[in-house]
Amino acid sequence: MCQVSVFSRKSWATNAAPVKWEDKMSFIRARRLVAAAAMAAATFSLPAASIAEPVVESIHFLIPGGAGGGWDGTARGTGEALTKSGLVGNASYENMSGGGGGKAIGYLIENAASQHGTLMVNSTPIVIRSLTGVFPHNFRDLTLVSGTIGDYAAIVVGKDSPINSMSDLLAAYKADKRGTAIGGGSVPGGMDHLVAAMVMEAAGEDATAVKYIPYDAGGKAMAALLSGEISALSTGFSEAIDLANAGEVKIIGVTADERVAAYKDAPTMKEQGIDTTFVNWRGFFAAPGLPEEQLTAYQEAIAKMYATPEWEEVRARNGWVNIHNSGEDFQAFLEGQEKAIGDLMKKLGFL
Amino acid sequence: MLDGIWIGLSTAFSFSNLLMVIGGCLIGTFIGMLPGLGPMSIIAIMIPVAISIGDPSAALILLAGVYYGAIFGGSTSSILINAPGVASTVATSFDGYPLARQGKAGKALTVAAIASFAGGSIGAILLMIFAPALASVALLFHSAEYFALMVVGLSAIAAFAGSGQVAKALLMTLVGLMMATVGEGALFNQPRFTMGILDLQSGFGFITLAMAMFALPEALFLVLDPSRSNSGGNGGDIKDLRITKEEAKKITPVIGRQSIQGFLIGVLPGAGATIASFLGYAVERNIAPKEEQAEFGKGSVKGLAAPESANNAACTGSFVPLLTLGIPGSGTTAILLGALIALNVSPGPRLMVDQPEIFWSVIISMYVGNVILLILNLPLIPYIAKVLAVPRNYLIPFILFFTLMGAYIGQNNATELLMLVGFGVCATLLRFANYPLAPLLIGFILGSMLEDNFSRSMQLYDGIGFILERPMTMGLLALAVILVVLPTIRARRVRKQELQAAESD
Repeated sequence: MCQVSVFSRKSWATNAAPVKWEDKMSFIRARRLVAAAAMAAATFSLPAASIAEPVVESIHFLIPGGAGGGWDGTARGTGEALTKSGLVGNASYENMSGGGGGKAIGYLIENAASQHGTLMVNSTPIVIRSLTGVFPHNFRDLTLVSGTIGDYAAIVVGKDSPINSMSDLLAAYKADKRGTAIGGGSVPGGMDHLVAAMVMEAAGEDATAVKYIPYDAGGKAMAALLSGEISALSTGFSEAIDLANAGEVKIIGVTADERVAAYKDAPTMKEQGIDTTFVNWRGFFAAPGLPEEQLTAYQEAIAKMYATPEWEEVRARNGWVNIHNSGEDFQAFLEGQEKAIGDLMKKLGFL
Repeated sequence: MLDGIWIGLSTAFSFSNLLMVIGGCLIGTFIGMLPGLGPMSIIAIMIPVAISIGDPSAALILLAGVYYGAIFGGSTSSILINAPGVASTVATSFDGYPLARQGKAGKALTVAAIASFAGGSIGAILLMIFAPALASVALLFHSAEYFALMVVGLSAIAAFAGSGQVAKALLMTLVGLMMATVGEGALFNQPRFTMGILDLQSGFGFITLAMAMFALPEALFLVLDPSRSNSGGNGGDIKDLRITKEEAKKITPVIGRQSIQGFLIGVLPGAGATIASFLGYAVERNIAPKEEQAEFGKGSVKGLAAPESANNAACTGSFVPLLTLGIPGSGTTAILLGALIALNVSPGPRLMVDQPEIFWSVIISMYVGNVILLILNLPLIPYIAKVLAVPRNYLIPFILFFTLMGAYIGQNNATELLMLVGFGVCATLLRFANYPLAPLLIGFILGSMLEDNFSRSMQLYDGIGFILERPMTMGLLALAVILVVLPTIRARRVRKQELQAAESD
């Protein structure tokens, strides 16, 4: 059912300007774009031309998960800051969910030659996946552009749930291990599962006994939480803030060192006596074999972005933490995390 | 509420917004006819345009127009060339294409347009009245019930299990279910049955398989059997548009039932238009009188009206969880959710209170989109149907081009073309041996959802116990059994009566 939406590599507006890596574009796509552009032009007046001199003409963001998820928020937020500040002329987005993000990684590698205009957002799961070895690729097979931000993890419960804190959740779990399941948006052994297991382990429970139920998309996991199928949901903190602001969930624990300014009401795990912290980084990758000058342009645009007020607005709104690692620093950072998570996973019995 | 409806109406009927709807419907219809581009992709293409408008109501009205147009466009390619571009129009081709083959393409398109219109309209009315109440009902469904619902959906294969065909239909369903397991499932950390081939990592593409099972064998049969193409050649007659009084009487109750049933299924996040169309088809076939039942799959107007009204009503129904809970119930509504967020509208329980003008203009614009679509498309049908009057030496390359293009633009991956041709040849051979191909596709489409929900339930209840512990699951499974068994028993009784009547003579 959840068929992947694949649409124009670039938004119709960018197509008006000649783009050099576009020569591989099939005439089918051209026809489609021309049709869409023509109809668009017939119906609407075109938006004003881009501001100043952009560093990069356009970026197509490939999002390995569904709309509304953490990857989605990161790509769209970054795109918003980049375009509003004039660093990038145009941004378009494509959601390609499936296989816990593996589908999009595979897609980017398989179609590398035609995907030079694409930046894929990814995060800690790409490290976990390469560790478990289930996926033939790892981050070394992609062009590393930049690590940009971090996001804490959070455990949330439905707004009407009797559970109000981590100790309530632990009590419920001890009372009924079979009936207290924790859901998440990743496959078993993936990040949401890892966080849930880490928290339970730190709270003195047997992490391997925790019932973790995976859902393909964030929407389905939310429906399961609200319907009472699962007792708690392991998710990203920025997603949790959105849900809490919409009045749908209560955040009962965040894996930060101290309370996060973006949502002060959320207690940390540490203050509840669960000594664990976790930061999920997010960053951008490009297709393998990306020409050097293009890579530099992307990295420059992202580096300049941090100083802009547009970025600060997006960052503050989402409660992200700036962690900027470009190029080789990014590689070193990823290798460090690969080791840390690997040790943890071995301890927890996932490896 | 009346205030809200009034605001919505006055917003939707402004001149510029009407232009939006008309533009959206036309764009949607024409792009939607290309098999590779379903409503989801077209909406995704249109989102940058919609966002640049700035006004959320106008943007949503445009997208609603595109949405309905795309659904109708998708049905058109299913009916005319047996090329269902999205899963929810697969059931449309079951009877729509045979009708077109019988030279009734115009009529089939009219039935589809009217059934879609009715489904969408009834759905919009139900949405207006029951949205808040239904949101809580949707949450009664757990993974166990979704699993049971998929089983009910599978009973649609009964329509292809005619006399002597039962084993063949079951076999094809099994093949379809097996094909659905290829690739990485949501519940396993392992790629399965990919034989190390990276292109299989994400499983077989739906469009590739749909084109290989339906459109490609048709095109090949047109080449192998010249007599077949002649019958379709006179399908462009304008008088064929008319639906007879008798047919109207037949399809009215079907449309009524399926609009409501489809809407209710659409409300469930995670079920959606595809399940609604299969269920609609299965239910209508099973409750139809014996002689009409035999027509299903061979060009029954009922069999065409049922999935068409159900999938449109379900699309409308999927707005219930989106607008009231902020949960996208289908791929398309997930894209719309993205658009809403980009327009600074956050759907959820507070939307109706905080921004009633948006809530109501979405609902009203869906209705307006529906009406405009009908007005625009009815006069176009004779011309669209003329596609089939094209001489076959032009028509066949056209279908082949359409089919290959559909598979390619879905993934932008040339390997899909090899798979398409490979499966297409297999499908053609199977058709020679009289194996029905639709059950394979039904099994494939429902397979992954069936598996995901089943294994989640198994995990939650530590085994198969959920069937006994959850009465609603039990009820739905029982319904599936009844849907399959009842017609058989009834047929047997009729046969017995006939036998007795013959004996007493």
